[in-house]
Order: sequence, then C-alpha cells, then structure tokens
Amino acid sequence: MQIKNRLTPFFENITFDREDNEMILNFGPQHPSAHGQLRLMLHLQQEMIVKAHPDIGYLHRGMEKMAENMIYNEFMPTTDRMDYIASSSNNYGFALAVEKLIGLEVPRRAKVIRMMLLEINRLMSHIFWLATTALDIGAMTVFLFAFREREYLMDIIEGYCGARLTHAAIRIGGVPLDIQDSFIAQLKSFLDKLPANIKDYEDLLDTNRIWLMRMEEVGAISKEMALSWGCTGPMLRASGVAWDIRKEEPYELYDEVEFKVPYSDKGDNFARYKVFMQEMRESAKILYQTIDMYKECVKNNQTELMAHAPKYVSAPKIDIMTQNYSLMQHFVLVTQGMRPPVGEVYVATESPKGELGFYINSQGGPYPYRLKVRAPSFWHAGVLTDLLPGHYIPDVVSIIGTTNIVFGEVDR
Amino acid sequence: MRAYKPKDNVQAKAYYTDRFYVSPQVPKSHVESDEVFARDLEAIKAKFDVLDAYIQVGQMVVFINPSDNYKVLELLRDELEYTQLSEMSAIDWLADRGGFEIFYQMLSMNKRKRLRIKMFINKGEAVNSVEKLFRSADWSEREMFDMFGIEANGHPFMKRILMPYDWQGHPLLKTYPLQGDEFAAWYEVDKIYGKEARDIIGPELRDSAKVDRYDSERFARLGHEVPKGTKITGNEPKVVQNYQEEGGVFMVKKFDKKDSVVIDDPQR
Repeated sequence: MQIKNRLTPFFENITFDREDNEMILNFGPQHPSAHGQLRLMLHLQQEMIVKAHPDIGYLHRGMEKMAENMIYNEFMPTTDRMDYIASSSNNYGFALAVEKLIGLEVPRRAKVIRMMLLEINRLMSHIFWLATTALDIGAMTVFLFAFREREYLMDIIEGYCGARLTHAAIRIGGVPLDIQDSFIAQLKSFLDKLPANIKDYEDLLDTNRIWLMRMEEVGAISKEMALSWGCTGPMLRASGVAWDIRKEEPYELYDEVEFKVPYSDKGDNFARYKVFMQEMRESAKILYQTIDMYKECVKNNQTELMAHAPKYVSAPKIDIMTQNYSLMQHFVLVTQGMRPPVGEVYVATESPKGELGFYINSQGGPYPYRLKVRAPSFWHAGVLTDLLPGHYIPDVVSIIGTTNIVFGEVDR
Repeated sequence: MRAYKPKDNVQAKAYYTDRFYVSPQVPKSHVESDEVFARDLEAIKAKFDVLDAYIQVGQMVVFINPSDNYKVLELLRDELEYTQLSEMSAIDWLADRGGFEIFYQMLSMNKRKRLRIKMFINKGEAVNSVEKLFRSADWSEREMFDMFGIEANGHPFMKRILMPYDWQGHPLLKTYPLQGDEFAAWYEVDKIYGKEARDIIGPELRDSAKVDRYDSERFARLGHEVPKGTKITGNEPKVVQNYQEEGGVFMVKKFDKKDSVVIDDPQR
C-alpha cells in the first residue's frame, strides 16, 4: 500500500553525537519541570551546558490575531488564558489599557476592589511559584503546604466571581460586582495566618542544605543582562534594580498604600526566592490597607462600581431594566461593541511575573487595529539562552523554576 | 502546509458603520509641554531626521527614518538613559499605505519615562537589527518575522519562533485567513500514501471515549472475545463467562455466577 518513492525520510536536523564530543540534549517539550511546553536544546560538554536554545510556541493560540477580530469586551475572557496562574492581573492590564485609550476614570470603590483582586492574584501566583519550584527541587512538603494556602485564596476568588482559575473578574470601566459579604472576613483570616505560613516555608527551606546548594550562586543574572534582555518584575529586582511599576508609575490607588519594594543585588536563584517571599509579605500589607479603604468606601456611601460613560460602558443593570435609553445603549455596546477614539496607547502594569504591557492601536473601529501583548515571561524564557551556558543539567530545572515562566503567556 | 495566496483583508469588519460618524481622537500634546521629553527630542533631532513627534497618553512618540533605527536606539540607550527595550513589533498597513509601521517601546528607569520610536517601511524591505543593543530584540525580531515576514538585517538567527518552522504565511497579516484549512490533515497522508489512502483511513475519530461493541478490530471486547476482524451483526450468541478452568484450582471453590449472593445489608 505504501508508495515507496513518495516517502521522504524525516529526521530532525540534529546530530546526537558529534566529533567535538558535544552532545545535544532535548529537554522537553513534555518535561514536567519545564512548567509548560518549553523545549530546550542543550549543547553539552560532559554535563556542562555550553549552548542553550529555548524553543517556544507549543501553546501559541494567536491571541493578538484573536484580539483584532473581537470587540474589546469580548477579548477580556481571552486574556485570562495568558497568565492563567494570576488571570485577574491580565484582565486588569487589558482593562487599564483600554481605559487609558478612552480616558475613563474608574470609581474609587471599583479601584479598591481591583487592588484587592490584583494582590490576591499576586499572592496566588507567588505561592504557586514557591510550590512548583520547591517540588522541582524535591521539597514535596513545601509543595503541599503552599497548595493548601493557595486553595484558600482560590476559594475567596471563587466566592467573588465564580471561577477559580480564569476569573474574568474585571471589566473595562470598573468591576462587575461588589465583593461578597464573607470576602473581608475570609481574607482577613487568611492574612492573619499568612506570616506563620511563610515562616513555615522559610523554616523548611532557608537553611536546608539541598535547597541552598541548588539555589545559591546558581543562575546569576547581572544587572546589565537583566536590563538588556527586558527582564522585569522579581527577575529584575533580584538583579539589583528596585523597579516596581506600582511604585514608580502608580496606577489605581497604589500611591496611597504603604509598601516596600524588596530587591537584591545577587541576581541568583536564592535572591529571586527571597524577593518572592518578601513580596508576599508586602502584598499582605497592601491587602490589609485595602480592607480599610474598602470600609471607608462603604462608610462614605461610594457605591458606584462602573464608570459612567454611556458611549463606552453599559449603564447599571437597574437602569437597563427600567430605562429605555440605557437598554438601547447596552444593546449597541453588546452587539457592536464600543468604538474607542483613534490613537494608540502602551500601558504597563506590574503583574506577578513582571511588566505586563498592552499596546493598542485603535482606528476608531469596534475592533483594535493592532494589539500587542508584552508578556514578561516571553523574555524570561528568552534570557535562558544566555543564562544557561556554564551551568549543569540539574541547574536547568532550578533556573527554569525561579524564572517563573508561564507558557500561556510566553506563547500567547 | 500548503502555500497560501493572500487574497484580501479578511479581518472581521464592523457590520454597522454610520456614514456621518467622525471618530474622536486620543488627544496629542506638543513635546514642549514636557521638559524631559523636550530635551530628549532635542538630542535626537540634533543628529537625526525626526519626521513627527508628539506626546500621547503620557508617552512621547517619535517618527524616524527606518535607516536610522540602530543609531537612534544606540543614542537613547547610551546617552539618554533609555536602558530597556520593553517591546517592539509591527503594524500591518499594507492595504492602506503599502508597508509596515514598526515601533520600539523604550523605558527609562532613571527618568521614569516611556517613549515610542516609530518608523515606516515599505513592503519587502528589511529593518536593521537592534539585537546588538538590546538582547531582548533577539526574540522580538524573530517574533516580528514570524508574524509579519519582516526580516531584520544582521540578526544572528532569523527563524520563526512561535509558529512551526515549516509554516507558510505570516499570521498577523490582515490577509491571513481566520479559519484553518479543513483538509490540512490529509496533506501529509497524500504525500506519503497517496490520495487513495484517504478512503481507507477514513475520517478522524474525534470522540476518544466512543466504544463500538460490534467493532472487533479496535476493541478487546472483554468477556465477549471473538477472533480479530470477525464480522458481528448484532444477534451474536450469548456466551456464558467462565471465571475458572474446568478442572478447578486447589483450595479455591469454583465461582458460579448463579449461586452467588448479593448482600444488601450495609451493617453486615
């Protein structure tokens, strides 16, 4: 049945054994500690990596193309699927970009709720990072402890928006819902326990010989390298640049809250671990303050959750149900979508992974003319090219762990 | 993949447009309104042609000639403290203006400022790679090539990054189809086995949980074993299953389904 001459042998263009005694090792794309679909082609001299070639794209879904063919509100749930460990931060990055494009001012109560969601997402992401990285190194206990804590946070989020992973909890112009009655009590009881939990993790890891051997002075990124490779977030802060967008270019109410920006000048795995742990504490600090801010909003009777901009944002449900004009407006916004003004905008927010930027070029139509997502993990995967050479095979796992890459975001 | 001949702008279109609707503009302000940007622009203007410059949503946008891009970014990095290239990509303007607009999104951490360098290239032109200045451009330029087909001169490894290496076409072009080719699954089969094999292979089984009890080719039919490939029409004789050999096993009582008792009492 098989027609002989039509079959051309297909070999991947790789030699496994070469004259210079260099072996090429394929790491992934199905490696459990690659945190997703990462394929690394590693050139090895004995056990040492002399050249690394990360290969990505196994999770590419063409989100930028999808965005060009969707109305703005339709794209919101799609953004969930980028950094699916902390999906509200993607929702927020997109919402803020569109709001800046339109020039919307979000009501204060919505801002407070957004900040709560963002910081809960940051905690979820960092706890997840700690769990998976510790598991890769072999610390199974930390993994179980950390997943337990993450579960509490997911329950709180589930109570808010009904979803645990893909939240779609933020809208362009505000938030769709007020927080539920039990939200603050649950959050508070979680936050009260958090310092003890973080101490548990640190007690297990900080002086652990194996952990130190795998972390200290492994995967050191210099300041110049981090800047040149476009590293942001904890990756950059661990390399000695105290740059946090929440602090430097504050959005929402981050200029009203008190928090520190932890950084280290070591740049190695251990520095990144420390930065992540410290950031969890800072997030908790911010969350305590947002609880007070929320209570103040309730006291001052600031009940608005969505911006008032009839051209772009639907009226509250009660108006839609009772007023003819609001219903018509809502109908147009749902079927045709909003038409932002002609212009372009690049807005960066500090997602748990780093700088999450949305570049939107609008030509006045209901679809963005061009939408580019600047996902931090993309460059944190790229930096492996220069970071891995000189390290040994087991280091690859710990380095991938501390770079905290998520492939939904790398490939988009 | 087969080569795809681009047709037209196939992007989704607004199905309702008002003839008299004039879309508003995102306000632009003069560069002079911001001291830091004004000084930066002066520095760029001193050495290079600036086609246009303005501030939009708090960020300066500077239009330059495409041949200057490397030099301008070098100036920005070394003298004006724009130490990070946050992002770069292209915008497809092939239908309207016959080319691409390319933007470089720059960040200065010392000045807390972001600016965007933009330039226009015609169809088929390449850009100068800025990979030597910013390592992040290594992957960005590959992505730009992958998505738009714009090559970067002097790039060390100008290969596709997100799409498979043998992919045809560039997905972010406005002419790139929004739907896949539904016959694409057969092209490899055609190449290897010939078109005749399509009938033999048949359509792909999409429901992985589907079990056909009359299919003796793919399923073991536990308890109703027949030789492989037997045609079963449906009125097959009922086979009584024996769980033990006829002779019996030492110390083990022969199991008989008819004699077995089902105990309902949960408290037993």
